[in-house]
Amino acid sequence: MPRVTFPHVAESYRSFKMLMEDLGNEVILPPRPSKHTLDLGVRYAPEFACFPVKILLGTYLETCPKGVELIVTSGGVGPCRAGHYAQLHKKILHSLGYPVDIVVFEPPRLYPLDFLHNIQRLNPRRMSYRAIYECIRRAWRKLQALDNVEKLTHKVRPRETIRGATTRTYRRVLEWIDRAYSLVEIEEAERSALEELQKVPQDPNRDVLRVGIVGEVYVLLEPASNLEIEEALGNLGVEVERSLFLTGWTRDNTWAETTEGLTVKEAAMPYLPELLGGHGRDSIGNTVLYAKRGFDGVIQLAPFTCIPEIVARTILPRVSEEHNIPVLTFFLDEQTGKAGMTTRLEAFVDLMRRKKAARRPA
Amino acid sequence: MKAYLGIDVGSVSTNIVILSEAGEVLTGLYLRTQGRPIEAIQSGLKAARESLKPGVEIAGVGTTGSGRYLAGVMVGADVIKNEITAHAVAACMLVPDVKTVLEIGGQDSKIIILRNGVVIDFAMNTVCAAGTGSFLDQQAARLNIPIEQFGELALQSTNPVRIAGRCTVFAESDMIHKQQMGHALPDIINGLCEALVRNYLNNVGKGKEILPPVVFQGGVAANIGIKAAFERALGMPVLVPEHHKIMGAIGAAQLAAEKVAGTGQTGFKGFGITELPYRTRSFECDGCPNACEIAEIYEKDRVIGRWGARCPRWDVI
Repeated sequence: MPRVTFPHVAESYRSFKMLMEDLGNEVILPPRPSKHTLDLGVRYAPEFACFPVKILLGTYLETCPKGVELIVTSGGVGPCRAGHYAQLHKKILHSLGYPVDIVVFEPPRLYPLDFLHNIQRLNPRRMSYRAIYECIRRAWRKLQALDNVEKLTHKVRPRETIRGATTRTYRRVLEWIDRAYSLVEIEEAERSALEELQKVPQDPNRDVLRVGIVGEVYVLLEPASNLEIEEALGNLGVEVERSLFLTGWTRDNTWAETTEGLTVKEAAMPYLPELLGGHGRDSIGNTVLYAKRGFDGVIQLAPFTCIPEIVARTILPRVSEEHNIPVLTFFLDEQTGKAGMTTRLEAFVDLMRRKKAARRPA
Repeated sequence: MKAYLGIDVGSVSTNIVILSEAGEVLTGLYLRTQGRPIEAIQSGLKAARESLKPGVEIAGVGTTGSGRYLAGVMVGADVIKNEITAHAVAACMLVPDVKTVLEIGGQDSKIIILRNGVVIDFAMNTVCAAGTGSFLDQQAARLNIPIEQFGELALQSTNPVRIAGRCTVFAESDMIHKQQMGHALPDIINGLCEALVRNYLNNVGKGKEILPPVVFQGGVAANIGIKAAFERALGMPVLVPEHHKIMGAIGAAQLAAEKVAGTGQTGFKGFGITELPYRTRSFECDGCPNACEIAEIYEKDRVIGRWGARCPRWDVI
């Protein structure tokens, strides 16, 4: 059995592990990115490469010594450096003496043949396309379940009456979804997990602020890379809504909620008519949409030296002013300190609270 | 008479304020932290108690600054607030219609934009501490000039000298270079003040709408050379409040007063804590590969606070 691994993106490994094993691969699980991961990544990555490159390289350097033969990762769309990183990783790993190969998945809609070819490389059992399709469907459903449960923690955490109760319950129910295999089991586990989370003691009358989170996909999705900002905000009494999930359900959601039925792209158009790679345009469009939906603020997360987000960052002050919504940006890398982030988050929450109080008629 | 205690534990100074109910500063102390915050807090509180007039009772206490959590658990703070909010609150008390607050402390510099008494935007220096108090301290020491005279010397400048101010290390090289070339000291010091202001406005103040009244506070506001450089760069008057060095502590005391007005009671442990033994300890957690560095503080033999964990493992005290 080929030994495969993949990047660690929050809890998604639970789904990818199932899929890879179903197709007949041996999975070497990526560990949650830690200080050790970063040390490895920073040591061998180019200094000015962006943060995700360093974390991913560090992760590979933790799994490769365990005998990984094949790394599965995704490519990038548009003029963003991330599209080249798989090749860069491969070169660095080879130079360090790990003869691994990398399978890069590009969007199947743009490269259908590539997609099928890649699938075959991960299909040592030579399963039929129909059987593979069933496996992918289950994996996708599991990913959706993971996203839905995470989304609920964003609502419950700011209202919890016992500090840390949401996180503890979340850790527990994740295991239920992890163990579920068939579609029926996955749906059942998701239902029980959501119910269990709702049972966390909450104060429904608490004055909770709503903050939208925009930015680059990896630092958005992987809590280990953003110093668990969503948890920190939840503990400060802030309900977060992230503009991106792996299963991407939010897009439909936001369409329905704005009165004009704007898409993210349309909302960004007056400010940035060009696609600049990564999620730069989405950061702007989503900020506009959050403002229209009455959110109290927006936080932009970006890897240090990320060009698309730097461009977005320079445009956001105008969006912030014209749509009257406070925006706070964090550039993240291995040098980012938790203390500085905490101070800024606390100040930002105070700012939003006082703004909200001033708006309310006395 | 009721009064409120505000404690601002910063990198360079620990400031303690006792504020009357009417918002007057009864006591304002500015002490050097010298890397020993616990001792600074204890000796500061001793001095504060001695300054207290008979009949004055501490009805609430607030802490701020980078050492706010440490100070908070030591004194039993009613409110533990970040520096940005504390500075904004204090500026609003002294100049009610303030629209811009420039604050430069030991290692932080921030800008706070207010409209109608509400903070609408703020920024803090991120990757670089160039242009904060510590650097000025260093340069004053290097030139063997008391830091208090730095500003006055700058005002004696007759000829502008441009110093590269993006990075303190390069700024120092540039200053030395200008000295070797034979430029007069006041001109160089003035050039440094202008470089710091330029750096501040281009980094921290980038993209911010700076409208008057502008209040300049923090330890560096004592430097009249920097104040003058700000006025030249902005083309508007810059107000330096009387208590500019202890504004954070004033804000913390005011926030404590607001908090206590709502709850009706204080958690203040009393000035007796100046006699208690405190010690700190740190260790590396072995729970996961993150290896968080946990610091804890003991009051006598009891743990009263822990920091540094990225998960709730050490939250229970």
